[in-house]
Amino acid sequence: MEALETVKVKEKESHPMEPLLRMDRMPHIWCPGCGIGTTVTAFVSALEKLEFDLNKVVIVSGIGCTGRVAGYIKLDSFHTTHGRAIPFATGIKLGNPDLKVVVFSGDGDLVSIGGNHFIHAARRNIDITVILVNNFIYAMTGGQVAPTTPVSAYTTTSPFGNFEPPSNIPQLAEAAGAVYVARWTSLHIRRLTKSITEALQKPGFSVVEVISPCAMYYSRINRLGEGIDMMRFYHENSIIKHGEPTENLDIDYQKQIIVGKFVDRERLTFIESHKQWIGETKS
Amino acid sequence: MSGVRIPYDIRKIRIPRGEVHIVKDRCKGCGFCIEYCPNDVLAVSDEFNSKGYHPPIVVNPDRCVNCGLCEMLCPEFAIWNTLKGEVEAQIAS
Amino acid sequence: MQADPKDVFTGSYYIDGDVAAAYGAIAAGCKFLAGYPITPSTEAAEAFAKRAPEVGAIFVQMEDELGSIAAVLGASWAGKKAMTITSGPGFSLMMENIGFGAAIEAPFVIINVQRGGPSTGIPTRTGQGDLMQARWGSHGDYEVIALAPDSPQESFEFAIKAFNLAERYRVPVMLMADECVGHMTEKVVIPPASEIEVENRKYYNGPAEAYSPFRRDDSLVPPIVRPGEGYGLYITGLAHDEKGYPIFDRDIRESTTRALVDKIRQNADKIIEVEEDSLDDAEVVVVSYGISSRVALRAIELARKEGIKVGTLRLITVWPFPEKKIEELSRKVKGFVIPEINYGQIAFEVERCSHGNANVILVPHGGASVHIPEDILGAIRQVAEDKKRYPQLVSYKTYLEKQVFG
Repeated sequence: MEALETVKVKEKESHPMEPLLRMDRMPHIWCPGCGIGTTVTAFVSALEKLEFDLNKVVIVSGIGCTGRVAGYIKLDSFHTTHGRAIPFATGIKLGNPDLKVVVFSGDGDLVSIGGNHFIHAARRNIDITVILVNNFIYAMTGGQVAPTTPVSAYTTTSPFGNFEPPSNIPQLAEAAGAVYVARWTSLHIRRLTKSITEALQKPGFSVVEVISPCAMYYSRINRLGEGIDMMRFYHENSIIKHGEPTENLDIDYQKQIIVGKFVDRERLTFIESHKQWIGETKS
Repeated sequence: MSGVRIPYDIRKIRIPRGEVHIVKDRCKGCGFCIEYCPNDVLAVSDEFNSKGYHPPIVVNPDRCVNCGLCEMLCPEFAIWNTLKGEVEAQIAS
Repeated sequence: MQADPKDVFTGSYYIDGDVAAAYGAIAAGCKFLAGYPITPSTEAAEAFAKRAPEVGAIFVQMEDELGSIAAVLGASWAGKKAMTITSGPGFSLMMENIGFGAAIEAPFVIINVQRGGPSTGIPTRTGQGDLMQARWGSHGDYEVIALAPDSPQESFEFAIKAFNLAERYRVPVMLMADECVGHMTEKVVIPPASEIEVENRKYYNGPAEAYSPFRRDDSLVPPIVRPGEGYGLYITGLAHDEKGYPIFDRDIRESTTRALVDKIRQNADKIIEVEEDSLDDAEVVVVSYGISSRVALRAIELARKEGIKVGTLRLITVWPFPEKKIEELSRKVKGFVIPEINYGQIAFEVERCSHGNANVILVPHGGASVHIPEDILGAIRQVAEDKKRYPQLVSYKTYLEKQVFG
């Protein structure tokens, strides 16, 4: 074996993502084994790969564990009220169409209280990218049932097991009109990063759903172990099926999770339609 | 070593060697990096960090190939790789 | 600075208050309206939507009021002058985000064309029942400015004034019109752009490292920046300090919440605007706003004919309330008469500020129409003739009430 060649040694004193993180607010509040930190890493890697002008990227998040992302990424970020991240992002995008607006929020925030806004922003095809972290629960407030909680799971407000059928987010997004819909778990880190790069470049309403472990609430109340056990579960039980019809993407309790890119289509964005119908709005 | 064909371009293939950097005090002991390192470079240490968790330690530094999976999976931004050099590939004996 | 001539539709019009308010907003430089249709305010949104393309403004009809106000806040922070138009039920829906807008100090305007309430109320007829809600509607401590126009011409002018105040103080400004003013058609004269003053928000142009989004000088209003210019903003609704970072366990006094309130309270003298008449020797003062002030004019005319010395205090800014003025007057006059189309809202403010020095008589009205001048006249007579001091606010028994309840 030849001796180690020292090819340009890039000695990094600090984590390569630190320039893009608000290090003065670290450590972050997410629990050990939570997948949100991993999703943030994927997002930042995607941004770096795309070589966007980072000054023009705006993050809007709502309330909840995932909503805290706005406070930790060092870009123009807005931490808005519960459920209203998407219309707020709509206002920013229409106020300054040159900005790249990313909504980073959780399942309860975007699909429960924010459900109406999710549907209509998709219908209008507002050019924003939505990264929806789905941990099947309202974690920030202590583990209450969410519209995405699978049937029979225990949560603090479903003490006898949840009996409400959960939402199928990719189906909802496709039906509402989203142009790009993908789902990955926080374990599929490289494919997730690639998906986020595609979603960021796609004009229109793109949704990337990230299934994430919730180590302290969902896993604990349901005796599913810790974050690492959930990751092992994703490893064994997730199956990649690109292009799968979204009606087959329901998530049953501790059953197979189908991941992949499901929708990638072309539609006129809101601003393009506005231009076509009404003409250029000179601002 | 009979029956194994040596690829003609084996002298051209270079396997990266990486160095793992760990900020011990950021670790919250989730275990993702240790579990998913493809080359079993990391293991749980016995020492405690300031939060009371056991951070990972590098047990097989020569096997790190700078794949970056630990860096990407870590939710705490506590571990990353840097490229240390490259070595020639060889047939395992 | 002067208004942009492209935004000002100079001329003489015969339009209603809703349309006038929309034209006023456009003249002030409003470039974003996100709204949801609600009677009786829809005409304003319609007028704006029609003229928006020619002035480069964007109109979006959102899926509900909650989305509307959130989009307005986003557009405001993105750098546009933004507003929404609604009525009572929509106003209630927007409350959470009004508080959010106050906390993140986004300048925006809400035009509330009040209708009979509560709840669905009387959608197509007038009311003045949202004044207290304008001030106290959202949870927590914050301050707003509220204006009450009494005619389409004033709707036009006050819309411009509302935007200027919003930009100057970075607060929510409510234009509290009512269905009567909104739907009455009168002559509105829109002057040339050179005669219209518009104000823009104060921008920060220093280096990014030295920027704290909520650090303020003596004016108590921090300079703003836009996202997309490299300042790395973190704007949150959590109680935050000067840098915008949440204070969590730190002392609440480190947060900017106190400044949100002081911003208006300490500048109140510069903001408050009232219209006074014959206050120097008045025995009775009629405090009114909006459409009720026009009805009161008739009653005052009749009362003066009878020899009663009546002065008027018409509120142009309802919030902040002219506390000092009322307190001053209370020591000189026999009493106040407050006609309003509700069962007591601003009357309580007058009572509070008069500290028991004068009688306070409310002339209430349940909504759906305006007062009968004779009721207001009766209340004025009562104040002029009454010898005793009432310990608290008295509600005048109106003609209708006497008929119905005896």
